[in-house]
Amino acid sequence: MLAALLAQANPTGDGLFVAQNIAFGVIAAVMLVSAWRVVTTKNVVHAALYLVIVLAGVAAQFLLLGAEFIGVTQVLVYIGAVIVLFLFGIMLTRAKLGEDDTVAREHRLMAALVGVLLFGVMAWAVVDDYSDTHVDIVSPNTTAMVSDAIFSQYLIPFEVVSMLLLAALIGAIVVARKD
Amino acid sequence: MLLNQFLLLAAALFCIGVYGVLARRNAVLVLMSVELILNAVNINFVAFGAFNRTVAGEVFGLFVIAVAAAEVGVGLAMVLLLYRNRKSIDLTEVDLMKG
Repeated sequence: MLAALLAQANPTGDGLFVAQNIAFGVIAAVMLVSAWRVVTTKNVVHAALYLVIVLAGVAAQFLLLGAEFIGVTQVLVYIGAVIVLFLFGIMLTRAKLGEDDTVAREHRLMAALVGVLLFGVMAWAVVDDYSDTHVDIVSPNTTAMVSDAIFSQYLIPFEVVSMLLLAALIGAIVVARKD
Repeated sequence: MLLNQFLLLAAALFCIGVYGVLARRNAVLVLMSVELILNAVNINFVAFGAFNRTVAGEVFGLFVIAVAAAEVGVGLAMVLLLYRNRKSIDLTEVDLMKG
């Protein structure tokens, strides 16, 4: 079955595509298991550490897709900064560091139903529309191409995002400040 | 590689994140689930960008990362304020405006 899947994903029989598909499968499996642990583990610190695995997996998928700059940015911003923020948040709110039975809500059955139904709808739409579409990474998007696009075509959105970050940082300080 | 495999992975991550947002009580864990959702969206952006052979997907993915960083900053500030006022970050206890 695996061979049939690989043959379907790889009609040209090129060894690089086989390697890409195997890498995708391994990383995707690790990501899904870790993501499931993020939303089910009772230990808050473990949830943050499983989130690190998911975010690193997303960065690896970006590299597989030939998007090197966003892959590196993902590691820098998410694993470097956001996870540290989360760990500070856990520390400052004095969540129980060991097992904590209060993390799961009573109506998680309904939540699981919503998640499964949503996945069914999205998977159906995706399979219906893109069942035979291939992504061929001929050459990666280099950092120079990304910077050219940001600083010419997308200059105004870039400035808006920088103002948004400034406003959010000032807002966070104002909200969290003790007076 | 099929485009589908990336889209299905992103859909699965998104739905796991939605489950986390709905089922978790700890506010910090809810914010982590929101991060899962944003990353699922980013995979879609980059996959479609690679499919269309343009850098637009990557550029918008970068914007999503910036917005997500801002969201985590403000969100954790609000969680800290909640903890300072209520001595708890259990979201089921935040029901002041419940009818």
